[in-house]
Amino acid sequence: MTDAIIELKHVSKSFGGVVANRDISLAVPRGRITGLIGPNGSGKTTLFNSIVGYHPIDSGSICFEGREISRLRVQEIARQGMLRTFQTTRIYGKMSCLQNMLISIPHRKAGFFDMFASERRETIQRAEQLLAFVGLYDKRLLRAGSLSFGQQKLLEFAMALMNEPTVLLLDEPTAGINPTLINGLIDRLKRANSDFGITLFVIEHNMRAIMNMASTIYCLAHGELLAMGDPAAIQGDRRVIDAYLGAH
Amino acid sequence: MNSSSLQSLVFWLLLLAGVAAPWLFPDYTNEIAVLWLMILFSSTWDILGGQMGYNSLGNIFFFGAGMYLSAVVQIGLFYDVAMYTSAARTTHIAFSNAQYFTGLGVGLLAAGVGSALLAVVIGWIVFGLRGPYFAIGTLGVAVAGAELVASWTWVGAASGISLPVFPGEPEAQRLFYYFLMFALSFVLLLFLRWLYGTNFGLALNAIRDDEEKAEAMGLHTRRYKRTAWVISAFFLGIAGSLFGNMTGFIEPRDIAFPTTTFNIFMVLMVLLGGKGTLWGPVVGATVFHVIKEVTWTYFLGWQYVTLGLLIVIIVVYFQQGIVGWIIERFPERFGTPLAPRVEPERARDVGLAAHPKAAE
Repeated sequence: MTDAIIELKHVSKSFGGVVANRDISLAVPRGRITGLIGPNGSGKTTLFNSIVGYHPIDSGSICFEGREISRLRVQEIARQGMLRTFQTTRIYGKMSCLQNMLISIPHRKAGFFDMFASERRETIQRAEQLLAFVGLYDKRLLRAGSLSFGQQKLLEFAMALMNEPTVLLLDEPTAGINPTLINGLIDRLKRANSDFGITLFVIEHNMRAIMNMASTIYCLAHGELLAMGDPAAIQGDRRVIDAYLGAH
Repeated sequence: MNSSSLQSLVFWLLLLAGVAAPWLFPDYTNEIAVLWLMILFSSTWDILGGQMGYNSLGNIFFFGAGMYLSAVVQIGLFYDVAMYTSAARTTHIAFSNAQYFTGLGVGLLAAGVGSALLAVVIGWIVFGLRGPYFAIGTLGVAVAGAELVASWTWVGAASGISLPVFPGEPEAQRLFYYFLMFALSFVLLLFLRWLYGTNFGLALNAIRDDEEKAEAMGLHTRRYKRTAWVISAFFLGIAGSLFGNMTGFIEPRDIAFPTTTFNIFMVLMVLLGGKGTLWGPVVGATVFHVIKEVTWTYFLGWQYVTLGLLIVIIVVYFQQGIVGWIIERFPERFGTPLAPRVEPERARDVGLAAHPKAAE
């Protein structure tokens, strides 16, 4: 835990009278896969939204690579190299898969005249490699919105990789994907972590998937941090089991 | 690419048609010049409305702003504007050849640059709005522009300004402005063809499809939106200056800021031709202009009824437009094909195959 790439200290966020996150402190170690679990409505997505700048937090601090980011906006945070995918998949529906990839290049140092860049042979090559990586190469010229939900999810993942992020926040990557294919997806997530060196922070309901991937897992319940530890410790934690099944 | 050489061919044909038109149809030079203006209207509207998905109802503001900026510069270079506008009805004020053409040159430049600058300022405000709010907000800008000019005596208020008279025969004036208008529209189409091939085109489409996603991916969405708006304004400003000089007399409500005619025509032409395409607005403008001229000539008094019917028919039955329909019919040739419809059970199997070949 010495090298934390994302560090949250006492983060709270409420909507009106509803406290979505209360006093949450956690650290995401660099270069690893970290999981975030919790029952429905426990504040996982709210926490993600706070981290990537969708809404201001009420109190606390969020640091990314040592820099305070809790006052930055979504685009600025994205350009620093922290991306998120959406629970309900979001892609550019009327464009082809390849075009979806081409516009997902990193915009970190994009100056005014980069808006009009058109020399993109290397970019196309890279986009095609990544589409092959997620298994969508054959569909690269088809309209993205006409793909099946699972394929759109893979495309969104490939777009995120195209952006060369240092951290990727994934909101339920296996939701809506055929159970027989989840292993393939887990394998690709792990490779994104090991081969591309991308730190992953994953919200997941599929226990088998997250236990298999993550080195550290945080568990939220009722907007509060309930437990943390390695998968074995979380699986054995009485409080976590109670939170999911209801304590008696 | 085959479609790119087809496109070059279309451009050559367009150039040929544009140059030959005033000799083939000498009686219709003005009408054809207005057709080029319509093509410019629809193509500039489509940058935001079609490619970027922001339906603006205020683009006419830049047309009118360009027209008035140019007029003020053309007069102000040589005379006092207030004196000119108040005396114009009683006294004929002459401009020498050199004065006329210097004024026109500087005026065109001022119209383009001035409108672009106005777009920067207004873009600052209106791009906080989205969806229908953006449409209404921009309409407000156009209406405010008309009202502002209509009550501003320095620029002649509601009674308008008579522009400097062209030094030459009426026929020469017609040809002169015809070719300027044609050149402007042609350059605009070439420019847009290039623009839509760059990252800019992709970014506009991305904003249209899912702006929040584009923001989450770190795209400089505001920068793209403002630049697109500025590009529209630049061309519309110059067009306004040309049209003002073509007609020789400008006034705010019906010529410079016609929110209920030209402003609506822009949208209608794009819908008719097919939005979000390079050629849709051109086809739409041409078909619309022909329909409009015919109804205005043969069904005078019923022209707005015909126009209204046309709007209803397009919006209800033909939303994709002419070019949009062609793309739908032949997606392999002109557009982005859809993924084949597969049984749901099989569809889930597709994506995650171990290597790409096995995906289908």
